[in-house]
Amino acid sequence: MAGLSAAYALAKDGVEVLVIERGDYSGAKNVTGGRLYMNPVRKLLPDLWAEAPLERFVAQETISVMSETSSVSIGLSSEKLRQEPYHSYTILRGKFDRWFADKAAEAGAMLVTKQKVDDLLRENGKIAGIVSGEDQIQANVVVAADGIMSQIAERAGLKERHKPKEFAVGIKEVVELPSQSIEDRFNLTNGEGAARMYMGSLTKGMFGGGFLYTNKDSVSLGIVVSIADMMARNQPIESPDLFEEFKSRPEIAALIRGGETVEYSAHVIGEGGYGAIPQLYGDGIVVAGDAAGLNLNTGLTVRGMEFAIASGVMAARAIKRAKDGNDFSKASLANYQSLMQESFVLKDMYTFRNAPGFLDNPRLFNLYPQVVCETLEKMMFIGEEPKKKLSSTALAEIRHKLGFSWVKEARGVFKL
Amino acid sequence: MSKADVKAKLGHDAIKVDSVKHIKVKQEVCARCKERYCIYVCPAGVYKLNKEGQIELDLDGCLECGTCRIACVKEAIDWTYPRGGFGVQFKFG
Repeated sequence: MAGLSAAYALAKDGVEVLVIERGDYSGAKNVTGGRLYMNPVRKLLPDLWAEAPLERFVAQETISVMSETSSVSIGLSSEKLRQEPYHSYTILRGKFDRWFADKAAEAGAMLVTKQKVDDLLRENGKIAGIVSGEDQIQANVVVAADGIMSQIAERAGLKERHKPKEFAVGIKEVVELPSQSIEDRFNLTNGEGAARMYMGSLTKGMFGGGFLYTNKDSVSLGIVVSIADMMARNQPIESPDLFEEFKSRPEIAALIRGGETVEYSAHVIGEGGYGAIPQLYGDGIVVAGDAAGLNLNTGLTVRGMEFAIASGVMAARAIKRAKDGNDFSKASLANYQSLMQESFVLKDMYTFRNAPGFLDNPRLFNLYPQVVCETLEKMMFIGEEPKKKLSSTALAEIRHKLGFSWVKEARGVFKL
Repeated sequence: MSKADVKAKLGHDAIKVDSVKHIKVKQEVCARCKERYCIYVCPAGVYKLNKEGQIELDLDGCLECGTCRIACVKEAIDWTYPRGGFGVQFKFG
């Protein structure tokens, strides 16, 4: 997304640009959860969106907390989400990126597919292009938009080796369902979509959660779990099993009943936030999108693609300026960093800099969801015995299971 | 879920297997590794222990996510992507 955004913006500005894609087509190697928030990026690429192959606009947001045997959900249905231009869309990258690549090509970008960048060309200590197999291609600037595992940024010395603590893995299935079934099951009218987030026992106390997004005629169902937390478990659990257990929960099974799985995918997700952003530029190189660790999880929203698009556009602007001054040095490309700091990208990443620390708390993923679920369960349940007052039922649950540790922890919320 | 079940799921994906192995492990490091995180963190069941107690890789199903490389804190995994035009080709993504 970052690479194509940079290419599209540069081509529109009349700059000669080559996109190198290692898959059979753009999007072949890309995976999203999937949802794109539109407001931050709409004006950055104003001509792009009218015909973009997006799936459904999200008209309903639901967050569920889960214990092993129950769940409590809270939903937002809002006119604001149903107003054009829409707030967010579900998206499938296989479709979107192929289309986006065509748009970049129409604007004048050159595209090669099935070609992997193996290394960087260097001249007098500066990045001077790329090496791909037998080929060497010279360039004034390389945009490293090679994803979360970016080996290009690593080779350029801009990024350290990945730390398990700063990454999670997402596992996803695309399950095909007739659009009518999707609309019936999720209470949607034509074109509307739903986004659902799940947290609690599904990750067994590990950082992470589940997600479900409705596409036109499929749903994207997945789970995200911290790599470090999986490593720290006394009793190892295989990551595909976590996904499968989530998928077979009654709350989920009913939603995808009769659907056919058409794709199984996985993707690493940056969870380190602002503190994990690498050096964004060097002599003859800039880093954008996932490669630059531009992912933001606040607990309520998970974002990445808007940052990728914006970073690509900012990179293009910095490169255009560098070209106008014929100076592609680190000092000149530092302009990319300034543009990013002025934009929502680094502002939002900075505002939520404490989110990773706040979310690094196993109680958020086991104890609290469990208490919420069990308290409500006890309040709702009518047994044979005469029922106690609702307030004393709730208070007893909270006092018994939480003590007062939560009071201290609740203060952490104000840092978000 | 067994490795066979994961294999069945991978059957939904279009994967062009590269004859050049894109991931290699340093068996001498793996032999001394007790944790073997790679075996269970991998979403595609690429890693398993063979009868001789060695780590064995089934790269045909690799989803190219990179989780193994991150989890292998002993740096025994020599990791890169398959060559251009090979590996998984996501249709939906």
